[in-house]
Amino acid sequence: MSTARLTGAQTVGPFFHPALLREDARRNVLVQPETEGERIRIEGCVYDGDGVPVPDAMVEIWQANHYGRHRHPLDQRPLPLDPTFIGFGRCGTDDAGRYWFETIKPGPVSFDGERSQAPHICVLVFARGLLNHLVTRLYFADEPANAADPVLQRVPPERRETLIAQRAVVDGAVVYRFDIVLQGDGETVFFNI
Amino acid sequence: MSWKGTAVESTTIGTIIRGDREVFPPYLYAAYRASNRRSPNLPLIEVPLTLSELTGPGPAISEVTPEDADLTRNAGTGGEAIGQRIIVTGRVLDEHGRPVPNTLVEIWQANAAGRYLHRNDHWPAPLDPNFLGIGRCLTDEHGVYRFLSIRPGAYPWRNHPNAWRPSHIHFSLFGPSLASRLITQMYFPDDPLHALDPIMNAVPEPARSRLIATYAHDVTEPEWALGYRWDIVLRGPQATPFEEPEGEVR
Ligand SMILES: [Fe+3]
Repeated sequence: MSTARLTGAQTVGPFFHPALLREDARRNVLVQPETEGERIRIEGCVYDGDGVPVPDAMVEIWQANHYGRHRHPLDQRPLPLDPTFIGFGRCGTDDAGRYWFETIKPGPVSFDGERSQAPHICVLVFARGLLNHLVTRLYFADEPANAADPVLQRVPPERRETLIAQRAVVDGAVVYRFDIVLQGDGETVFFNI
Repeated sequence: MSWKGTAVESTTIGTIIRGDREVFPPYLYAAYRASNRRSPNLPLIEVPLTLSELTGPGPAISEVTPEDADLTRNAGTGGEAIGQRIIVTGRVLDEHGRPVPNTLVEIWQANAAGRYLHRNDHWPAPLDPNFLGIGRCLTDEHGVYRFLSIRPGAYPWRNHPNAWRPSHIHFSLFGPSLASRLITQMYFPDDPLHALDPIMNAVPEPARSRLIATYAHDVTEPEWALGYRWDIVLRGPQATPFEEPEGEVR
């Protein structure tokens, strides 16, 4: 089979909002009333190397459904699909660098034939100044399966905390806090994937 | 330090790069000032692609209308955008050269005068009431996308004295998996600003040249629009932990 040469990445720049965050393409809310699973809100702020909030970033998330299955032809495991859940979110940061999503906590996802991954959400970060997007993951602080997660185990123990979203209950709603530090003190772990 | 009239030849180039180092830009490219405080300092963690990255939103995201691909008329004003009409088309392929069908391509660009319709674009070039500068389409069964637009103007920015971005169109693609997600920019041939642009130059050669579209006379439509062809090649899964179902996986 022939091979083709990859196309390089370029920064999203400062002017992506009308195209990528159109009114009809807002994707902060991933759930519908019928969606199965524990309702959660994800909130966070994106910071630069000076600790200053980044007001022109975009955060995308991708996750499995309540049962741990992805809405994708490659995921053919015998787990239920939820017709009301795609699992993709996209949010621009506001003037204070904040983003949020309303979604459900995903189920565990298989890693290989034997092991499974702790529930997690894939997170992509785009911004002016980022020549290529950053890739990270959100894990849940109250999840015992984190201890055996094969991806988290590759992260130096002292840096794992940057991937763990802290749980709080605010006005009866479950909120997981996940700040993203692009550089410097408390720099978020990013993956080469 | 003066960049006026000089190519970006000597600058600090970071070593932290996601993906193929001969293709993708480093996060830190000091001549691109905004990268200095937004690029990670610590090495990326190497992990295998799992089901979470081998899947992705691409196959599930498909809401477009045919009008979305015509940027000369999609402002909904009934009027036509001002500028040199262009057709931009090409194929979206995976790294094995296989077409990526039915995948969303989202684009945005400045108008003919080099201005974006955006609250943060303040430079005093005219806005065009008939031009939004945004478009989207799905690739067809052969992986082909096609947009009708106008040629974007170059525009100044404050990265360094007398800094101008070359004419370009921003592209965003999902492709078949999360690993194939790509945001990039397409440039036009024979633009003297290429050598002066730190964003473009952050991509190493020869991958840099691949960001430049080719003038295509067979795409050009007589007495209507100039044609440009630009193919996009997305990362595909290197290996999968699963048996691929029969037929194409997309
Ligand atoms: Fe631009």
